[in-house]
Parts: sequence; structure tokens; C-alpha cells
Amino acid sequence: MSGAVEIALTVNGEAVRRAVDPRLHLVDFLRSELGLTGSHLGCEHGVCGACTVRLDGETVRGCLVLAVQADGAAVETIEGLAADPAWDDLRAAFVARNALQCGYCTPGMLASAAELLAAGGVPTRDAIRDHLSGNYCRCTGYHAIVDAVESVARARAGAPAA
Amino acid sequence: MSPPDALLHAVDRPNSWIGRARPREQAKRHAAGGGRFLDDLEPPRCLHAAFLRSPHAHARLLALDVTAAASQPGVFRVLVGADLDPVMTPWVGVLAHFKGLKSAPQYPLARGRAVFQGEPVAMVLAASRRAAEDALPHIHAEWEPLPVLTDPEESLAAPPIHAELGDNLAFTRTAETGDLQAAFARAHAVVESGFETARHTGVTLEPRGVLAHWDPAEERLTVHHGTQAPHMMKEIFVRHLGLAEEQVRVICPDVGGSYGVKIHTYQDEMACVAAARLLARPVKFVADRLESFQSDIHAREHRVHARMAVDADGRILAMDVEDLTGIGPYSVYPRTSAVEGNQVVNLSGGWYTMDAYRCRLRVAFTNKPPTCQYRAVGQPVAIALTEGLADLAARAVRLDPAEFRRRNLMPDGEYPAKAPSGVPLEGLSHQRALERLLEIMDYPALRRRQAEARAAGRHLGIGIASFIEVTNPSAMFYGVGGAPISAQDGCTVRLEPGGSATVASSLTEQGQGAEAVLAQVTADALGLDPARVRVVTGDTERTPYGGGTWASRGTGIGGEACLRAARGLSENIRALAGAVLQADPATLDLRDGAVVDAATGTGRMTLAEVGRLGYMRGDLLPPGVQPELSVTRHFQTRQYPFAFANGAQGCLLELDPETGWTSLLKHWVVEDCGTLVNPLLVDEQIRGGVVQGIGAALFEECLYDADGNLLNGTMADYLVPMAVEMPDIEVAHLCTPTAESALGAKGAGEAGTAAAPAAVMNALNDALAHFGARLTTMPFTPQRVLAALDAAGATAR
Ligand code: FES
Ligand code: FES
Repeated sequence: MSGAVEIALTVNGEAVRRAVDPRLHLVDFLRSELGLTGSHLGCEHGVCGACTVRLDGETVRGCLVLAVQADGAAVETIEGLAADPAWDDLRAAFVARNALQCGYCTPGMLASAAELLAAGGVPTRDAIRDHLSGNYCRCTGYHAIVDAVESVARARAGAPAA
Repeated sequence: MSPPDALLHAVDRPNSWIGRARPREQAKRHAAGGGRFLDDLEPPRCLHAAFLRSPHAHARLLALDVTAAASQPGVFRVLVGADLDPVMTPWVGVLAHFKGLKSAPQYPLARGRAVFQGEPVAMVLAASRRAAEDALPHIHAEWEPLPVLTDPEESLAAPPIHAELGDNLAFTRTAETGDLQAAFARAHAVVESGFETARHTGVTLEPRGVLAHWDPAEERLTVHHGTQAPHMMKEIFVRHLGLAEEQVRVICPDVGGSYGVKIHTYQDEMACVAAARLLARPVKFVADRLESFQSDIHAREHRVHARMAVDADGRILAMDVEDLTGIGPYSVYPRTSAVEGNQVVNLSGGWYTMDAYRCRLRVAFTNKPPTCQYRAVGQPVAIALTEGLADLAARAVRLDPAEFRRRNLMPDGEYPAKAPSGVPLEGLSHQRALERLLEIMDYPALRRRQAEARAAGRHLGIGIASFIEVTNPSAMFYGVGGAPISAQDGCTVRLEPGGSATVASSLTEQGQGAEAVLAQVTADALGLDPARVRVVTGDTERTPYGGGTWASRGTGIGGEACLRAARGLSENIRALAGAVLQADPATLDLRDGAVVDAATGTGRMTLAEVGRLGYMRGDLLPPGVQPELSVTRHFQTRQYPFAFANGAQGCLLELDPETGWTSLLKHWVVEDCGTLVNPLLVDEQIRGGVVQGIGAALFEECLYDADGNLLNGTMADYLVPMAVEMPDIEVAHLCTPTAESALGAKGAGEAGTAAAPAAVMNALNDALAHFGARLTTMPFTPQRVLAALDAAGATAR
């Protein structure tokens, strides 16, 4: 590869070092270089949220960040979230509520939901809807996703179920 | 037998699983990022395809030179139309039962001329998609633009897009019953209106894709394909590659949404399969989003004019409908592009009693991308025009819309009946569905709330829409016309030696929950925990032959095949156990993973013991006993062309007359899809469907300029519903099982999409009526709402 740039970062807690094409998107890097195929591509325009991952604790669109921009950063993907018991309740709620159908939006949706839940408290349904509006789901109609996120927020806050 | 109204099927039987709301096993994998979609597959030596697509909607290709592109880094080969001739024949999207339907041969890559913008012209195959895309600008193509037809009405009067077809009328059909003239002549009132549904598309979050591999040693083609119908696609590859059926295998990976998009023959996908055959290398293609908007099937684009005659009591006398639709330059293979309009002809007015009916359909070729079957096929059009007329007629005779429907909906309990078009209806519950809807909406209270809001200067709109939904189609849908589309499904259920079960079904899974449904049906018949049932779908080599998942047929047809197979296996298990236990098999039942005495519930032997005896310990079996621990059954409907489901939807919205913005406050659905195998999954099918229908009503449109250029080819420009704009959706059920199967299930996958646009339209017009305005052109964008208010002089009020 001509003009490859060396980057070093941690991905899901693992140190990674690679030489990458400067134009390579973070999500392409995760998928093709590291085999982390849980992050998906729906639009490559920063609109649909299917590529949402965490970069140094912030959720970002993996299709809008270049791999070289992640040099020195800590990246977390759905594969990391899946291995983290702190999010067992969220994944379980998505399954229990059938808040996913084809599953293509799900990794990005979970990342955004986790971001909202990490802020604590029990958001209103409108606030949940608002927060998840950068993540498109074409299958579920969103109602079940809102239910799932709401139920986790309530359980975490020790509030009774709605 | 369960009473007719029970939502749960035989639920009082010990360990019954049919009727239980239960999460899907498969969902766990996706929630952990473990989905394996087409683009996640990357075999060694894989070539990646990128396409040069026509920038013009209609143009002659004067020159095409690929030599410079072929020498770009990483490029293995650049192919043009003629290169694929040795391995692939063209296809024509017609079916014999659509009399007069015509179309032209379609090739994987355009030949000498492109007839829609985005049509693939040349194909770069390279070591990576990036390298393939980088080479595209090095292809030299010279075009001479030709006249472009974007309007179906103009197209019918214009010179033909395909000279050999004579004109641009692809198909026409008129259905007429009763004496239309007489019915209109004696009407107390006649209402009429135009209705337009916009051309829109499926927008699966995962784009279309294919990965084809030809093994020259074995001379076998394996195609990984994100498709709803692998057996159909296999036959298409067999036909057009000139192979024997035993040479082709189609495998579905996880499919990231389909809704009818991934069930058609696409030029780019066919080109990849042809290239794989030609080059004996794996060839992969995954569309990017622009390619999806340009080349996924589009749908709708219907222009309707319709009239309804009513008597002084508000009873419908007749309906007269004109439907014109523009389908692009080809009828899509093999399902054809006549079906959507044909559904409008068959279904309009299909839930009301009337004396006379006429519907004329005209299907026109245009220079936009081909349209074909997308979720709810034609039903949103038929339901919007019917329910729009119903509200107009109600107003004309000063009846509340609910009361108007009460007077006109087909009476429950008087089935079998026929729709006004003559289509037979097995057993429906329109009257009860309406009453149940009014109950869950608390309709009188909503009307009071509306009046109070109006007094406070706020504009609420309430809309209702009754509907029928096509489900469980028989061979009369496609097979009769000669399409390689099976209306039956097959299922094998096998007892494993450890007492679990493995199911192989011809259904496919795109997230609807087919696999979960099959597991529950099997678990029910075998007295097993569904978690102990493994389900295999989506592989032509490892599943029985069958249609797949489309037209809301999975549970009704594939589920019934599964029930029959599992019951057959239960019989065989009990026969084997009976022989060993010296008990009459009729006195045995299967519960909690064991053979038990049916009367007392006493355990006699576990299924694991049955499995081990059957498979390993033939020495212990009585003489002559041959255990049969795999059973295959097939099912298709024969008596009715479709098992119609029915229901009613309600919408509450608020209109802001200053901005034209429509806020959806709540949506309600009552659905009667017969037996519910898993209510949790049914509810989410309905909710997801409703939101796609809302998208059609409020946001979605593929915008083209007069030259046939797509104006909104990104997700930022083509709007799909987002979470924040969507309402909560309440779902309730009735249960009128179909008598054609033991399971009694009808489909539910399209009901939401079918009737939501009508409910939203009626709610919007309920709000607009206050201003003397009315809108029937979807999507109801703020601009259109403001224009309608302006036209009504609403600013003066
Ligand atoms: S793929 Fe990144 S936002 Fe859609
Ligand atoms: S589950 Fe299919 S897009 Fe969300």
C-alpha cells in the first residue's frame, strides 16, 4: 500500500498496530483489518448510525472518522460491549422486548442507547426517541427499542416498570 | 380445539408453545454483534465489483472503452455487456396469467443503450471495492441523450421505449361487477377524488449484495445471496447460466432487512454471478447507498382517480376506479411489475358491500428505475383510495366516519364472501375489528379532546382505516403464470439422539422471526422447550424445496408444513415408544421432553432415550420395528387464492397550520391474522410495518427531475422515519383462523404498511377540514400541507 500510515490504538482493550491507507474509514478499518464485523455500514454519510462506535468514550460515526484519526485512541465496538457485563441488562432487554429484527441497526443502536443510559436517570420516552434519532431502524418501528431502553433505565434507577 | 375467539392455540394443553409471546433465540446473536451479513463474508481470491452506471435516464451508448480502467492498480478485469454473452442469457419479466403483459429482454449490463439512470453498463473487478471504484473514472463512455419519459400519462402517448413492443402500455386490466351505470344513476351522492402515492423504495439498512463462486473442478456454482427466496433464485441462475439444477446452490447469510427489495432479479447481481462463472473466481458486490436508491426496486407511483356512489342512508352503491402507474422501462423478472396494479384492481373496496364495482388499471413504461413488489404491494394504494372515498362519502351524508364504516363493512359471520372485484374471501371480522379499534382508541373521548383542542386553537386530526391484507398466496399468485416461484413450503423435523430437534425449512429469515416460529411450532408438537430446537433455513442444499418468506406467507404456509412434520414425528416417536413400552401409542403424549402416559402424565421415557434407542440400540427393538425419526411434510393452500387477514387502524395527529408540520401523537392497530404463534413477534411485525407506512404517507419519495435524474440519492435527502417522529403504536388482536390449515395462521407482515398511509391521510384531512383544505398526494410534506392550506385560503380564517 503506497502512502500507508502507521497507527497504534486500543480496540476493545486490545493493543493494535497497523499501517493503513490514510483515506480508510474507521469502520472499514475495524471490519476489514480487524475482522470486527459487528459494526455495519448503512449510508457512509453519517446519517443512519449503523456504524456507531465509541472513540475515547464518545460515540462517533465510524464512517465519518478516518482510521488515522483514531491513532492513539481507545475504540470500543459492539464486540467489546457484548463482552462487558455492565451492558448485559441492555442486551437482554433488547432481546426480551424483540427490539431488533434483522439486527443490522442493532450494534449502533446499542452504542447510542448505552450512551444515553450512562448519563443516568430515567429519560422520558420522548427523550429516548430524541436521543436515538441518529440511528435508523427500518424494521422495528422504534416502539420496542424505546420500551427496551426505558425498562433498563427504570431498573437501573430502581424505579417501578412503566 | 380452541374456541374461535381464543388468541392462544390449544394453550391449555401441557407445555403448549403456540400462542406464547417469547423472545427469539436468534436475537441474542445480533445483540452481541454476531450477525454474519453478506459483506462480512470474504473468501480467498475474492474479486470485488464496482459498476459504471448510466448517468442518463435514456441515452445511446456511442462508445465504451475500458482499456485504461483495466490497467489500473488492483484491477483484474473490466467487463462489458458482450463479455457476459457466452455465459448468461437475457430475461423477460412477463407471466402468462397477466394477459397482454409485455416487457423487453433485460441483460446484466446495458447493451448499446441505457433506459434508466443507474442502469449498470460496465463492471470493474478488482482486489478490493476501493480499487474497483478508483478505476471507474478511467472507463471512457460516450453517450447520446435520448428523449426521457418520466410521466406515465405522457409516456402512454409517446413513442415506445422499446420499439419492438409497439407502445409504452405494459399492461392493462379492467375488473367490473354489477351494473355500474345504474348504481351511480340512483345515487343520493357521488364523491370523487384523485389520489397519488409517491414512488418510493424499501431502504433496507443493509444494502443488496451477492457473492458468487464457480468451482471449475466440480463445475458447481455457489451463490451467497441476501434474498428472501433462495430456491427461486437458484432456478433463475440455472435458467440463465444454462446449468443443471444440481450444479447450483444458493445460501442466505443474515439479511439486513428486505421488505420485498431482495427478491428480484437485479442486473448488477446477475452480472456478478455471470462474472464468477466466466472467471472462475469468487465475485462479491454490495451496493452502496446511492446504488441502492438508483437500482433497488422502487414501488407505488400510482395516480388514481376514483368515485363512490352512496344512497341517502350512507350505504355504498358502487365504486369506480382508474389507476395509472409508471413502472420504469422493464417489468421486473420473474415476479413482474404488473402485480402491484393488479392488487389495486383486486382489492379496492374489498371490505365493503356494494352493488357494482369497476377498476381499470393501466401500467406504463417510463425511464425511471423498475418498480416491483415492496411490502404490502398495491394495498396501500387500494386502501388509501377506498378509505379516502369512505371519509368523503361519510361527510357527504353527514355521518361520522366510524358510523359510515359500521353501515358498510361486510357483516361478520356471512362468509365465505366475495370482494367487489370478485376475489373470494374466506372468513373476516371487519365489524368486530372496527368496534375493537374504537374501543382501544376511546373514540368518543378522542373526539371530545379534539373539540377541546380546537377551542384552544390546536388542530388535532383523527383518522381510521379498515383493511384487508393479502396473505398465504396459493399457486394462483405466480406459479400459474409460469414463474419459478413455489407457493408451497417444505419442512423436515428430526429428533436428535440427545432428545433435541433439528428443523430444516424452506422459509427464510430476514428478522421477522420465521426461525422462532418454526421452533415454537415444533416445540409445541414435540413437547420440547423451544430452546432445544435448532432451525436451519436459507440453503437450497440443506432445506426442503419451497417458496421462502414473502407475501406474509411464512407462518401460514411454512409454519403449517412444520406443524405437520412435527406432528408426524410425534406419531413416529410414540409408535416407537409404544413398541418398546408395549403401550398403545394413542395412550402416549409428549411433554417436557419425555414420552408420558397421556391420561396421568406419568413419565415413561425421555426423548433422549427414544433417540438413543432409535439411532444406536436397534438390538433392543422388537422385531420389524424401523424407527423413522425424521419427518418431512409440505403444505400449500388450495381452496382459496389467498387467506385474507383483516383489521382496522387509527391515527391521532396534530397539525401545525403555521409550519405545515404534522406530529403523530398515537397510532392504533387491530389485526385479525388468525392463530398467533408468537404474539410478541406479530406485534413487532405490525409496528414495523406501520412505521414504513407512515414513511410513505409523510416522508418518502424518490424525486426525479424531468430528465430522469434522481434528486435525492442519499439518506440525508431521502427521508425515512426516525425514532423521534414516530408515535407509540398500540396493537390489539382478533382471531379468525383460516380453515385451510390445522395451524389456522394467516400472515401479519404487511398489514401495518398496507393501511397506515390511509389512516394518516384521513387524520390529516380531518384536521385540514377545519380550514376547508384537503390533501391526497403523498407524501404529505409540510410544503404540500401549506400549499393545500393556501389553496383553501386558510390564511384568511
Ligand atoms: S454508515 Fe455511518 S452513519 Fe450510516
Ligand atoms: S432491526 Fe432491521 S434495521 Fe433495525
